[in-house]
Amino acid sequence: MLRDKIIEALQTVKDPEIDSVSIIELGMVEEVENTPNGVFIKLLPTFMGCPALEIIKKNVVNAVTAIDEVQNVEVQFIYHPPWTSDRVSDIGRERLKEFGIAPPPRHIAETGEWQADCPYCGSTYTTMENLFGPTACRSILYCKSCKNPFEAMKPVSTLM
Amino acid sequence: MRYALEDAMKNEAYRDAAVELLFQLADDDFILAYRGSEWLGLAPHIEEDVAFSSISQDTMGHAAMFYQLLHELGAGDPDELAHARPASDRKNAILLEKVNGPGTYLTEPHYDWAFAVVRNYFYAQAKKVKIESLKNSSYQPLAEAAVKVNMELYYHLLHWKTWFSQLVSAGGEATTRMETAMETAFGDLDGLFSLGQKGAEMVKHNLIESEDDLRKRWVQAMSPVVASLDINMPEKFGMKSGNGRDGVHSSDLQSALDTLGEVYNFDPAASW
Repeated sequence: MLRDKIIEALQTVKDPEIDSVSIIELGMVEEVENTPNGVFIKLLPTFMGCPALEIIKKNVVNAVTAIDEVQNVEVQFIYHPPWTSDRVSDIGRERLKEFGIAPPPRHIAETGEWQADCPYCGSTYTTMENLFGPTACRSILYCKSCKNPFEAMKPVSTLM
Repeated sequence: MRYALEDAMKNEAYRDAAVELLFQLADDDFILAYRGSEWLGLAPHIEEDVAFSSISQDTMGHAAMFYQLLHELGAGDPDELAHARPASDRKNAILLEKVNGPGTYLTEPHYDWAFAVVRNYFYAQAKKVKIESLKNSSYQPLAEAAVKVNMELYYHLLHWKTWFSQLVSAGGEATTRMETAMETAFGDLDGLFSLGQKGAEMVKHNLIESEDDLRKRWVQAMSPVVASLDINMPEKFGMKSGNGRDGVHSSDLQSALDTLGEVYNFDPAASW
């Protein structure tokens, strides 16, 4: 079926800054609509100022246009529903770890604090170095067990 | 009632009020994000450089989204709205356009970190109050955007509150300079809450709550911090430099626009 082919194509579109994980696994794909006029895809931006968004959009158009039956592809970023970090799938969480990034913590304390386990050795003995990291969606932490600095994907939720 | 884009386009008075509010929100975020970007490489330590530039990037993203909502309402091209409008058309609060300190980021930047912390903290808290109100805005696309902004703003507010509390309670030069910066900020703080001349229309259409409500909520949110740090907060805030919502601005804004728009205005038709 064409829909399966489209999903398969979207699976090849990775986060340009984390190339082990696809936009499907990150939970960014909200809607895929196949109409006689073309394929319409609605994506959710993780963070709004993310400079990778335009690249992702271009890569989605390229990947889906490559399917023989597809003539026209339109990609739109929407804000509703908002992307939240619990949209990252279980496979996505594993892929993030393979890349050396701790998946977004599922629990945030009432004080707003959160912890992430080390993606290298699995230790919970970690400290927060900087809530803000090299990209908008990541923080910088340090593992006191294996003595590696690492990054974690920031938890974001509508409860904040 | 809740207005979708199509509903707003059918009601001229409603649309005009929504456009005016969106310009205030967009221009506030835009100019403060620009002032933040001027700090890159100059923040007190490298982790702060990472954090502050990340916050500025988020904030610029919020401005871009508000310009996009304006575009949908027929106000013009988002890039042009950001880069090409003269100072007299800008609706940002004057507090946010003020230079970071003497010098420029290229030559002798003697920027004032105390002022940066105070301005950003006060602004993040004011933005939080507005965003909470906008979650219930009658304009559906704006209410949805507010939910998204709120999640990122959470981290900004936490960051600036931490700096603010630590510097105010540090004693010595830090405390003195924070007090001076607060005096400057309080003197123009009302500019942040002002909704301008269409304010009554905005409130009537349930786009946002009134200036008085927003100000009250800000004072309420600040009161535990004010009490624990023993801060002298004036009963009334000022708008000494004028009201940016009316297009009144300082020369600081013009020179910022000249710099940030230089490449764009060199060839507006160029594609990047």
